[in-house]
Amino acid sequence: MIDVINLQKSFGDKEILKGINVTINKGDIVAVLGPSGSGKSTFLRCLNCMEDPTGGSIIFNGVDIADMKVDINVHRRHMGMVFQHFNLYNNKTVLQNVMMAPAYLRCKDIDKAKKKNRMIKFKNLFRGSNKKEELIPITETKDQIKKEVKEQAMALLKRIGLEDKADVYPSTLSGGQKQRVAIIRSMAMNPDVILFDEPTSALDPEMVGEVLELMKDLAKEGMTMVVVTHEMGFAREVASRVLFIDDGQIKEEAAPPAEFFEHPKDPRLQEFLSKIL
Amino acid sequence: MGNFSQKVDKFIDIFLNQNGYVKVVQGLQNTLLIAITGLIIGIVIGTLIATVRVIPKYKTLPRVLNHICSFYVALFRGTPIVVQLLIFYYVLLPIFGVKITGVQVSMVVFGLNSGAYISEIMRSGIQSVDQGQMEAGRAVGLSFGTSMMKIVIPQAVKNILPTLGNEFISLIKETSVVSFVGAADLYVAFNFIGSNSYEFMVPYLVMALIYIALVLVITLLVKLLERSLKKSDRRN
Repeated sequence: MIDVINLQKSFGDKEILKGINVTINKGDIVAVLGPSGSGKSTFLRCLNCMEDPTGGSIIFNGVDIADMKVDINVHRRHMGMVFQHFNLYNNKTVLQNVMMAPAYLRCKDIDKAKKKNRMIKFKNLFRGSNKKEELIPITETKDQIKKEVKEQAMALLKRIGLEDKADVYPSTLSGGQKQRVAIIRSMAMNPDVILFDEPTSALDPEMVGEVLELMKDLAKEGMTMVVVTHEMGFAREVASRVLFIDDGQIKEEAAPPAEFFEHPKDPRLQEFLSKIL
Repeated sequence: MGNFSQKVDKFIDIFLNQNGYVKVVQGLQNTLLIAITGLIIGIVIGTLIATVRVIPKYKTLPRVLNHICSFYVALFRGTPIVVQLLIFYYVLLPIFGVKITGVQVSMVVFGLNSGAYISEIMRSGIQSVDQGQMEAGRAVGLSFGTSMMKIVIPQAVKNILPTLGNEFISLIKETSVVSFVGAADLYVAFNFIGSNSYEFMVPYLVMALIYIALVLVITLLVKLLERSLKKSDRRN
C-alpha cells in the first residue's frame, strides 16, 4: 500500500534520513524503533508529507505523494495520524473534534460536485444530443451527511466509553482519554492506514495501558498501522514487523518480531536492546 | 469659584438651548461609527495579513504576498494617522475623482491603519497557538486555509482579546483628529459650543469625561466577551 523508495530528508545541511526503502502492505502493523535522534519520527512524518521529503518517493495507493504537484490534502484523508501530544482541537468539544474533518470535507465535496455539474450543464448546451456529458451523481444532502457522521462519531465514542464526554472540551480530559479521542478522530475518516508518532510517550504510566489496548483492538480488526514507539512489549506482541532505524537508515528489519528481539544481528541494535531490555 | 459656576451655566445654556446637544450626539455618533467600522475593517485586513505572513514560504506566490504585506504594514505604521487622512482626502480622492464625505474617508483610513497594527497583534496570537493544532488539522486532509479558519484563528483571537480591546480603545481616542478632513466628531461638537460661548474650559472637560466613559464601557464589554470565550478552558 505504501512504497517508500530511497526516502531522503535533510534540514538545511543536516541529513536526517539517508535513503530509506520499505514497503508497507495492507494489514501490516509496523513498529519503528530506534534511539532518539535516529530519524524515526521524521520518517513517520515524511510518510504523510508533514515534512516534505527532500528526495525519493512515497507511492501511496499508486500515487507518488512526495511529488509537490500532487494535492496532498486528498491523500491525507486516507492516512490518519496520531501525535505524541494528542493535538485535539482545543476550541472544539470532543464530539466536534471527531466530527469536524469528515463532515466538513464531505460537505465540501458536494459543493465541488454541484459546481462541476453546473459547468457540465452549461457545456452540454453546446453539445450535440448524442455527446452530452454525464452529471456527477449527488446522492446525499448535507444534513444527511452531518447526521451520518454524527452517528458514526457517537458510535466511536461509545466504543472507547467516552460518550458521556461528547460535549465537554478537551481540557477536561485526562491524557489517556485525550489520546483515545485522538485515535478515534483519525478513525472517523475511515483511513487506509494510521500513523502513530510515539502515542504513549507523553502519558502517565497508568494511562499507557488503555491507549495500547485500543491500538491492539485496531490491530485485530486488520487496520494497517505504522507505530513509532518505545513500548517494546507492544512491538513484540502486536507488531507484525519491526524496523530498527539508526543514523537515518534502516539497520535491521524483521518479521516476525521475535527474531528481532532474540537474535539481533546489527551491533547498534544489540547495544540498543541491551540498554532497554 | 463663582466664575466657574458662571462658565457651567453658559455651557448648559448652549448645550440645551442652542442645539448644542444635537451636535454632541451627532459627534458621538460619528466618533463611534468611525472607530467601530475602523475596527471591523482592521480586523479583516489584519487577519488576512497575519495569515499571509505565517504561510510557509516555499513557493513564489506566498513570498511575493508576504513582501507586499510587509510593505503595507511599514507604510501605515510609519506615517502619522493625520498625514494618512490628509493624503487620502486631499491627494488620493481628487486624483481618482472619488467624492465621499470626511466621515467615510476617516472610516476607510482608520480601517487601513488599524489593519496594519492588528496584523501584528494577530500574528503574535497565531504564533502563540501550539504548532500541533495546525498539524492535526492538516493531518486529516484539511487545507492550510481551512485549518487556519476553523482551528487556529479562533484560538488565537481568544489569546489576543485583551490586546485587541486595547487597540479599540486607542482607535476611539485617535478619532479625535478627524476634524482635519472635515468630519464632525466629538471634538468638533464641543469646539462649536466653546466658540459660541467664548468659553472652552467646561466643554473640553465634559469632552474628556465622555471619552473616559466610552473607554470604561469598552473595557467592560471586552471583559464580558473574554469571559464567554473562556468556555473551552473551564473544567466542567
